[in-house]
Amino acid sequence: MGRLFDLLMKDYRLREGLNACINCGTCTAVCPAAEFYRYDPRRIVDTVQSKDEDAIEKLLKSDTIWYCGECMSCVTRCPRKNAPGMIVMALRTLSIDLGYFIESEKGRQQFILSKDLCGNILDYGYCVYPRRFDYAGHPEAGRVWEWEEKHLDDVFARLGGNLDGEGPGAVRRIPQEDRDELKKIFDATGATQRMKTVEEAAEKKAEELGLTMEEFTRKVYNESGPQHYNH
Amino acid sequence: MIYEGKQKIWSEYQKEIPDDHYFYVRSCIRQSFFPASEATFLEITRNRLGKDIFETEHHTTCGGIAYHSDAIPQETAMTIIARQFGLMHKYGYENYVCSCITSFGLYCETLETWRQFPELAAKIADILWKTCKLEFAKPRFIVHASDLIYHYRNEIAAMARHRLVNVHTGEPLKVVEHIGCHYSKMFPSKGVGGAEYPYVLAGMIEAWGGQVVDYPERRHCCGFGFRQYFIKANRGYSLSNTYKKFESMEPYHPDMIITNCPGCPYFMDRWQYVIAEETGKTYGENGHGIPVFTYEEVAGLVLGYDPWDLGLQTHQIGPEPVLDKMGIKYDPSRKYLGLKGKDLGMPVCPGCIK
Repeated sequence: MGRLFDLLMKDYRLREGLNACINCGTCTAVCPAAEFYRYDPRRIVDTVQSKDEDAIEKLLKSDTIWYCGECMSCVTRCPRKNAPGMIVMALRTLSIDLGYFIESEKGRQQFILSKDLCGNILDYGYCVYPRRFDYAGHPEAGRVWEWEEKHLDDVFARLGGNLDGEGPGAVRRIPQEDRDELKKIFDATGATQRMKTVEEAAEKKAEELGLTMEEFTRKVYNESGPQHYNH
Repeated sequence: MIYEGKQKIWSEYQKEIPDDHYFYVRSCIRQSFFPASEATFLEITRNRLGKDIFETEHHTTCGGIAYHSDAIPQETAMTIIARQFGLMHKYGYENYVCSCITSFGLYCETLETWRQFPELAAKIADILWKTCKLEFAKPRFIVHASDLIYHYRNEIAAMARHRLVNVHTGEPLKVVEHIGCHYSKMFPSKGVGGAEYPYVLAGMIEAWGGQVVDYPERRHCCGFGFRQYFIKANRGYSLSNTYKKFESMEPYHPDMIITNCPGCPYFMDRWQYVIAEETGKTYGENGHGIPVFTYEEVAGLVLGYDPWDLGLQTHQIGPEPVLDKMGIKYDPSRKYLGLKGKDLGMPVCPGCIK
């Protein structure tokens, strides 16, 4: 076995999710991503089980592994109880750990996801926090969200929420000692290190591209090349 | 498949749902976009049904959205989850109910991984003690909040003020049920009815007088896709999947949609708005969209709560066609008022959809 395959096999999701794939393509047939992107989970599973180091390295540096929406529809359908969605998660983890993610347009998006989602968890204790979900950045949220955003405290009060309040309730302010525990968990389990890895790789890539971090962020958040799509 | 065959499959996926005494944890998305739904869940279970549903302010996100956006490692998510379970144990509970489907799926995944790899569970227990000084514990029963409303569906039906019936024709309302992917696609035995014929929402619809719509893309994802929505460049993925579902259900003329995942009602509501604004196409009657509801909102309507107390004014697709069919009285002039009648103005009307 090769180095990359051995590293992948350390991931519990791969050990649970990879049995002998028969290449039937059921996962691809039901996959929401395969209909939208040039994406074929069957080939991903086949590449991994081939243990071909060059092919796995190419996969880890590609856009391909970032197309999955992690809905796990493939898990239900696989006749051999494989979990292609979980295998993709293991591939993504290794791609980040090795710094390969920064080589692809879709992989680079990890920079924004890390900053926003980890930032929300550490700052508020939630993955999503409504004051950081703005209508300007999310016009699809509708004119009703535009209205809610202007009156967020009043809307939460009207609807039984507890926005930034003491005690239990929807979007309450989670006590500082609890958020401190989340930070300790981040430090002890590799999340802080992952944030650092992603940030440093993004800064290096931005420099390579001759972009400021603000320009890099804007580009990564907004741009998607035509090569990704099935049409 | 014939109806009897479906019933047989459902009967093989009946999970045990304890009747009372739960440790309750919220959902990042549901509390942000549907705070009244969580309030309604607690109102119905605690005040109408007299159940013990305990919440502490010390619980947090499970980390599921970050985990499925690959922003945090598996061990981070597992330790945050172990912390939630540790709090449950500390407060003397062994039944765990969560508001979020992503969380529910992740709890099931984590417990299964710990079962298969006990050395990993031991490692997480050690980290939990070192970081949080909490004792490692597992829930005896873990359910999604929709499992509990399903469990109480007949008690709710017995108290019903309204039914999922068109009062003008006497016909049952045609209801699309949309189950969040992570409810049972990964672990079919953990969901009521399994993954192919989940019965958790269908059971509510039938108990409350409606008719379940079976359509080809019934089990297709709403299109959230985590990173596929959070990153603007990817949002076409999310929209395309919702579009596929609506094109599939359109010939069946559904009156309404009921969902059990926090994200799905948001996406199925908002992407209808986007499709209408972009193309002029609407899927409901007379220029309306198809109203999309959480299961708590539907339970609240059945029990006679004011639609504006349930938060239906925060939907982009107006609920009024369904309210009118069910014979529910409402005051349009109070729709967008704040507490004590405070004037909050009102949203700008969309161009193409009611």
